Amino acid sequence: MDRKKVTIDGNEAAAYVAYQTNEVIAIYPITPSSNMGEWCDAWSAVGKKNIWDEVPSVSELQSEGGASGSVHGALQNGALTTTFTASQGLLLMIPNMFKIAGELTSTVFHVSARSLAAQALSIFGDHSDVMSTRSTGFAMLASNSVQEVMDCALIAQAATLESRIPFLHFFDGFRTSHEVMKIEQLTTEDIRNMIDDDLVIAHRKRALTPEHPVLRGTAQNPDVYFQGRETVNKYYNECPDIVQKHMDKFAKLIGRQYHLFDYVGAADAERVIVIMGSGAGAVEETIDYLTSKNEKVGVLKVRLYRPFSIDHFINALPKTTKVISVLDRTKEPGASGEPLYLDVVNAVSERFNNGDLPFAYPKIIGGRYGLSSKEFTPAMVKAVFENMSKGLNADKKEKPKNHFTIGINDDVTNTSLEFDPSFNVEAPETFRGKFYGLGADGTVGANKNSIKIIGEGTNFYAQGYFVYDSKKSGSTTISHLRFGPKEIRSTYLVDKANFIACHQPNFLEKMNLLEDAVEGATFLLNTIIPKEQVWDSLPEKIQQELIAKKMKFYVIDAYKVAGDTGMGQRINTIMQTCFFAISKILPKDEAIEMIKKAIKKTYGAKGDKIVQMNFNAVDQTLANLFEVELPTSATSKHQFLPTVSENAPDFVKNVLSPMIAGKGDLIPVSKMPIDGTYPTATAMWEKRNIALEVPVFDPEVCIQCNKCVAVCPHATIRVKIYDESLLVNAPETFKHMKFKGKDYGEGLAYTIQVAVEDCTGCGICVDICPAKNKKETKLKAINMMPQLPLKEQERANWDFFLTLPEVDRRLVATSAIKDSQFLQPLFEFSGACSGCGETPYVKLVSQLFGDRSVIANATGCSSIYGGNLPTTPWAKNKDGRGPAWSNSLFEDNAEFGLGFRLAIDKHAGQAANILKRLSSEVGAELVDSILTADQKSETGIYDQRERVEILKQKLNELLIAGGNGKSGDIKHLQSLLDYLVKKSVWIMGGDGWAYDIGYGGLDHVIASGKNVNILVLDTEVYSNTGGQMSKSTPRGAVAKFAAGGKPLAKKDLGLMAMSYGNVYVAKVAMGANDAQTVKAFIEAEAYDGPSLIIAYSHCIAHGIDMAKGMQNQKAAVDSGHWQLYRYNPELTTEGKNPFKLESKAPKIPLKDYAYLETRYKMLTKSDPVEAEKLMVTAQQDVLDKWKVYEQLAASPKEEIKK
Amino acid sequence: MDITTTYLGLNLSSPIVPSAGPLSTDIGNIKQMEDAGAGAAVIYSMFEEQIENESLEFYHHETAHTESHAEALSYFPQSPDFKIGPDEYLEHIRKAKDAVNIPIIASLNGKSLGGWVDYAKKIQEAGADALELNIYRLATDIKSSGQDVEKNYIEIVKAVKSSITIPVAVKLGPFFSSITWMADQISKAGAEGLVLFNRFYQPDIDLERLEVVPNVLLSTPMDMRLPLRWIAILYGRVNADLAATSGIYNEKDVLKMIMAGAKVTQMLSSLLKFGINHISDVTTQLIYWMETNEYKSIDQMRGSMSYKNVADPSQFERANYMKVLNSYK
Repeated sequence: MDRKKVTIDGNEAAAYVAYQTNEVIAIYPITPSSNMGEWCDAWSAVGKKNIWDEVPSVSELQSEGGASGSVHGALQNGALTTTFTASQGLLLMIPNMFKIAGELTSTVFHVSARSLAAQALSIFGDHSDVMSTRSTGFAMLASNSVQEVMDCALIAQAATLESRIPFLHFFDGFRTSHEVMKIEQLTTEDIRNMIDDDLVIAHRKRALTPEHPVLRGTAQNPDVYFQGRETVNKYYNECPDIVQKHMDKFAKLIGRQYHLFDYVGAADAERVIVIMGSGAGAVEETIDYLTSKNEKVGVLKVRLYRPFSIDHFINALPKTTKVISVLDRTKEPGASGEPLYLDVVNAVSERFNNGDLPFAYPKIIGGRYGLSSKEFTPAMVKAVFENMSKGLNADKKEKPKNHFTIGINDDVTNTSLEFDPSFNVEAPETFRGKFYGLGADGTVGANKNSIKIIGEGTNFYAQGYFVYDSKKSGSTTISHLRFGPKEIRSTYLVDKANFIACHQPNFLEKMNLLEDAVEGATFLLNTIIPKEQVWDSLPEKIQQELIAKKMKFYVIDAYKVAGDTGMGQRINTIMQTCFFAISKILPKDEAIEMIKKAIKKTYGAKGDKIVQMNFNAVDQTLANLFEVELPTSATSKHQFLPTVSENAPDFVKNVLSPMIAGKGDLIPVSKMPIDGTYPTATAMWEKRNIALEVPVFDPEVCIQCNKCVAVCPHATIRVKIYDESLLVNAPETFKHMKFKGKDYGEGLAYTIQVAVEDCTGCGICVDICPAKNKKETKLKAINMMPQLPLKEQERANWDFFLTLPEVDRRLVATSAIKDSQFLQPLFEFSGACSGCGETPYVKLVSQLFGDRSVIANATGCSSIYGGNLPTTPWAKNKDGRGPAWSNSLFEDNAEFGLGFRLAIDKHAGQAANILKRLSSEVGAELVDSILTADQKSETGIYDQRERVEILKQKLNELLIAGGNGKSGDIKHLQSLLDYLVKKSVWIMGGDGWAYDIGYGGLDHVIASGKNVNILVLDTEVYSNTGGQMSKSTPRGAVAKFAAGGKPLAKKDLGLMAMSYGNVYVAKVAMGANDAQTVKAFIEAEAYDGPSLIIAYSHCIAHGIDMAKGMQNQKAAVDSGHWQLYRYNPELTTEGKNPFKLESKAPKIPLKDYAYLETRYKMLTKSDPVEAEKLMVTAQQDVLDKWKVYEQLAASPKEEIKK
Repeated sequence: MDITTTYLGLNLSSPIVPSAGPLSTDIGNIKQMEDAGAGAAVIYSMFEEQIENESLEFYHHETAHTESHAEALSYFPQSPDFKIGPDEYLEHIRKAKDAVNIPIIASLNGKSLGGWVDYAKKIQEAGADALELNIYRLATDIKSSGQDVEKNYIEIVKAVKSSITIPVAVKLGPFFSSITWMADQISKAGAEGLVLFNRFYQPDIDLERLEVVPNVLLSTPMDMRLPLRWIAILYGRVNADLAATSGIYNEKDVLKMIMAGAKVTQMLSSLLKFGINHISDVTTQLIYWMETNEYKSIDQMRGSMSYKNVADPSQFERANYMKVLNSYK
């Protein structure tokens, strides 16, 4: 049968089968598996049917724990049910997995395997998560490529129904889940043929039903539990044969034959690698090469890992096997070996002990590779084989390294094998391209289209893999594309490219993009520099590479073409056309026709204008594409820009700088912090220069309101007031004006300074600026201007600005928005999105309380822009104080933060007790003043720090003098001294955490009465994973998992918290009322109990102009969608109503706010009737909610008491 | 009493026709217009520029942040079939046609010549009985001459007329050096009707925020004087039906316009102010006035007070203006 060829990624391949073979699907977003749920939700929304002609029911849960619970429930009620997850999400499913397996329930969980958060979180792929489920009783089936994902998803589904063993079908996160590959798509008929309806009915018959009641899930005692546990053995014993049976059936039907263990290589191999997952591709490729050189090598690919069939395993190995290297993509610290290695050792050992091992006892070596998607290449495979060679002859002096690592330089415990990175085995006829782009320019999207065009329009094999950096603004993307007549098994990045494209010219200034080019390769550069001058603009190294490698060099000004055709910054179509024109993979006219066809398909639904615009871009591209003739020698004298300043600390220079430069793979183990602890204040060293335009201060117009400073998401606009005399050393272009206030003394100058190299150019500062130039009203006190001409000048001004003293915190009336902005931000230059709505709140916390705060950060956007390497934004003041920050998990952040409080309180109490015991030695007056200190104000805290400093000195003196028999107390007190100064505990995270996965914990923590401050950065969706619905998502808004518009109203978290009576609750929106925001933060922190601030955070997931995000906030409040209030329990004790409603009654219709945002508006285009219905109901929600709040605000305290 | 009229070759039961505006966004309102006695309904305008902007806006927001971060390759669900483009408007025309028996006149404002033609065809296919071209071009380009502007209008009319078969009316603004010449040219380009006059948004300045703000003002009864004069001047001299719009509030305004030469009188501001049933009140008063003054039909009075038919046509000319000024002294 001629099956359709599709170019899709691993997630879509898994979802394709899962959707068609299930009735109930329970989902929860987690990278890199979210897309599987998204596909199912999207298909369900458009009524796509499964093989039984039914639309599966797709439900999002509040956590993976919840999803697995619902899966368990649905299974118990006889529905074919599935779920998708990864990493810690899978760990949350473990309790239910034991139950599901214990109850012999047929299901398949599809897992895109991902690293577990240990010393650090990582979203990338390895087997740490799936290996943690080994004991659950789930069968485990591994897929090594996108094609295998589709095939094995079906085999797993067929096998689970017959064996009754639940299956965990897994494949490597990102490497397979996100790799785009041309594969053969199974037909619905294929799927029907593989699924036995009798088994489906048998599964259904085991459902709980009152018609035939049974009881499942008893509690058992010592007398029978053990025997009960052993009842399942025969099912596990039979499972491998059942799987093989379905693999054989699959082969008969479809043609691809799989085995539980697939051997590839020399029939007489002596050295065999055992591996599971995508790494097998690289091993196979290397083996093809090595066997062609007559080397006796092979690979055994493990597919069914659990139940582990020793017989199948041993039988699959060549009888000539002498050395086995077992490669594990996981690490189990403290174990005698990694899991697959131990299984292999055990398998060989058992058969040997049985006396039926069909070959001599081999040497078995274990090694680790590829953790967190670390590259695993043929060069590394070769090194593994070379290591095995040392084991071939027992007499050899040099023994093979066991428990080795490959792919890193472990210079501490010397586990690593050395390898030659230049070794390459790729087929020369395979086209290999690398494309450097910016996230915003559409490079990846265009490349995905190119793969589809080539994959589906030719007989070529096609593969695409995409690498993104960790920043959410100005992020770099690198696309790795392969095409060719031979099957592509290269499961690693392109490192020998015959086509390199640079879509952003400034990349050339930073790194050697041509390092990976092969001789005769082509280089395509997008640049605004005319073709006649472009050669002189290149760094010397780039020129040398071009000449030495005899490359072809093409240039295009894609920005010009994009500008002329209305494409704006999206140069995707233009660069794609260039690629096809130069690479000649397809005849030019054919390629252009196919590009246009793809454009029509992609953008047809977006309107003729978009299609035409893209068509024009294609048509105009070729006239602007030029080949540049290369001179015979390099003429340039300019070099790459340094990654970080010479003044950076050593750690930044030696560890973080290589990461910034893309050389992190080369950092040895010895340079890495041992426990995940990193210095703060490192983002300041990574000058990203990503803004094309930056704000420029105009003192002639400024009214000194400091609003621009408050809203700046990246803390790149700063304000200082300082003695005018300090201006004597100011650079000539340094701008200043007389400070208009009187509260800070006389003779002060005022400056707003922009860090132009850190600014992302969002323009939100300009939007908020209320001052207008009286002569030219289009100008304000802050105006956007091109960055490049200002860069040098403003770098000097910024450096000078940093030398000016920070304000004396004791003088600042912190509760006023204007004054609060004089406080130094200790959260700066984060990787958050340009115009981010969350970070102004985070920054405000750092300004108001940063020097005494400890922060527990839930996983999500804020933990990524707050803690993703290479550099991090949490900073320190001149005294070295600043926020201490940590991230535990997604689901436990409130509890994690409560732990901070408990420890701090314990330490503070302990310090106080010891201090009392040392009263006579230290002096009663000092002790008393410390223990009774009022630390409610900045002055109070300052004074306490002074007292503690005196105490510190006294303790030192006492110890030197012998300690008066109390040395123990003194030493303990020395270690606890800092706790005598008030500490502020902040618990931060998004609505996905606070409303959904972490709600139970949050609820418990606010009920604890402890003094913690919880900041909910409410974007009303799971922003970090791509905009999935949370319980905060408002009615009528479209989100992933709510493609048809969220049908239910947003949960009122504030009202729920207020119901306790002892929780300080505030709802704020900086863009609507910044003064109220600051007041709320100050009050929340001052309140000696739990505080909850819910902060409206506009977000790219709303589909808005981020420069105007604060206007959206205002509209949200004006419409009544977002109310502003403060609920302060302290007022109750004063006999006052604790609830202050601070926004006015809705003054614009909800739709006037909502339809400013794509998330609402898109429903009016996809389902206008539903949009109208939901909008009417949502408007009623607003009015009803307003009445509730009005009543609360109007109630005198006595009434509330009643 | 015969108040029937013809307009653009269509037979109308009444000369009172609601003009393009927000009321017709609701099918229920259109039904109410028919019930109140409207002779036809002109549907709100479809703006090519708005469709394009909407399309660009969705394109931008759907693609702007995609494929930029490993954890979030997109921020919205896989797009179902969006109805971006003219579909919504065309569907509205279809629904309006299904809901009422009075003629439905669509209104179109294009941007490009291709857009005018393309959308006009689609509107015809959707079932509109006639099409009103809402052409306006504010010549802000200092290099653009009056002739350029006029030529552009005529090109649009010719292009649209050559592509559709339903009758076309052109809604004009009053800012031409020679309205009579322009009206004649447009009629020669094929337009079956002229709607006089288009009222443009008059932006205002917000002194507090130093911003230019759109300012939508309803027309006042005084506004009818401008179309009144030009309808009177044009009546019987151009080969096109004349429709009056702006400032028509009561039966007297209707009568005056018809006497000046209008085939229909379009109302919007008065309906926004008094409600759709105002059509019914004006119709009753119109009939009462005609009965009282012994008119048999509105055909009888049409053009009776036109430039062509009044005793002193100079009253419609410049001298009249001078005289008015003099009357204040």
